[in-house]
Amino acid sequence: MILLVDLCFRPGSLSRDEFVGPVARIVERAGEAWREVHFSQAGSADLTGIRGIILCGTALQDNLFSEQAALSGPLSGAGLPVLGICAGMQALCLAFGGSILPACEIGMIKVRTAVQDPLLGSPGEFEAFGLHSFACEPPPGWIVTAVSDTCVQAIRHPHQPIFGVMFHPEVRNDLVVERFCALCRGGDAGCNKNTH
Amino acid sequence: MRLGVLCSGGKDSWYACQLAMQKEEVSCLISIRSENEESYLFHTPDIHLVPLQAEAAALPLVTAETAGIEEAELADLERAVSLARERYGIEGIVTGALQSVYQATRIQRVCRTLGLWCFNPLWYTEPDRYLQSLIRAGFVVVVSGVASEPFTADWLGRQIDEGALADLRKYAARHRITLTGEGGEYETLVLDAPVFRKRIVIGNAEKEYAGFRGTLRVRSAWLEAK
Repeated sequence: MILLVDLCFRPGSLSRDEFVGPVARIVERAGEAWREVHFSQAGSADLTGIRGIILCGTALQDNLFSEQAALSGPLSGAGLPVLGICAGMQALCLAFGGSILPACEIGMIKVRTAVQDPLLGSPGEFEAFGLHSFACEPPPGWIVTAVSDTCVQAIRHPHQPIFGVMFHPEVRNDLVVERFCALCRGGDAGCNKNTH
Repeated sequence: MRLGVLCSGGKDSWYACQLAMQKEEVSCLISIRSENEESYLFHTPDIHLVPLQAEAAALPLVTAETAGIEEAELADLERAVSLARERYGIEGIVTGALQSVYQATRIQRVCRTLGLWCFNPLWYTEPDRYLQSLIRAGFVVVVSGVASEPFTADWLGRQIDEGALADLRKYAARHRITLTGEGGEYETLVLDAPVFRKRIVIGNAEKEYAGFRGTLRVRSAWLEAK
């Protein structure tokens, strides 16, 4: 069971189907069940049976999540694997001592990976959909695993299975979410594991 | 939040409009009429019926014309959205975008330029579930254009009902078309929707068809009580 955290401005908002729904469908196709919680209730979320957490994205104008502290609950939840997507990666950065700064990308972008990564695979280049008005200054010690011409595109925690991607994998890069689900199922969520 | 819905007259615009009306305040429709039949962003065969749809739904309509030249038509879109903001105080735009990164990217950029929210409630929706929802919700949708094998002339004017959906599933499996027409394989026109107070009746329409490409040209239509 994957817990999807809706970071949009209001529970059940008009943005929910755009940023949570597509991720949920990939999780389903990957053979995982999921349930959903809005970030405003995430601090008290029941983590029973949860194998991983995905923090979903928000609309370009929607940065309310960055002003809230309620994300700390699921983030510290029993060492579970976490994947932050766009706003989710920004939330991870803020929670672990990084920062965000204005940087906009809209549309297909080139993402370059420099290291082997459990979610991104082998080093190389691929196209991805970007939709953000802020980018991340990663927390101290975190590993930058991918960049674009504009900003850091992917990061991971140095010791825990916590990942962030700035691009939206639910658009044309389902494999990233599928690999995260596989990693959650495997139990061994070590960052050196290659899911190819 | 006051919103404007980008409306082509087809099923995706109106389903997105309905979703928006359930959660926010839809203040107006915005319609762009393109002179270029190859326009990727705006062309649909019966866009001239959007004013009648707006009347059926009792929603104000902001319209703009465009020559349909790539990228330049974005300036026309921006002009129309700006006008909608001036007239109706909209804070955001709703689109019926399904999977087109090309369309979504351009509309998102216009919204960012104007400081508006952008909502795409059908983005990467599951196609079969979506069409089933559309039918069960009571939308009356007909095919207004086809542009792909194996669509015959009989499809022009055909209602998207359970039978049509069954055929579309077969086509999707055998001919690699998208179930929703996302690839431009077919276009639609909404004649009735839950948010319509009156329904549209087509009086006179002509079919133009050759080589798996065709258009339903609606010459006369009117509203009648539901």
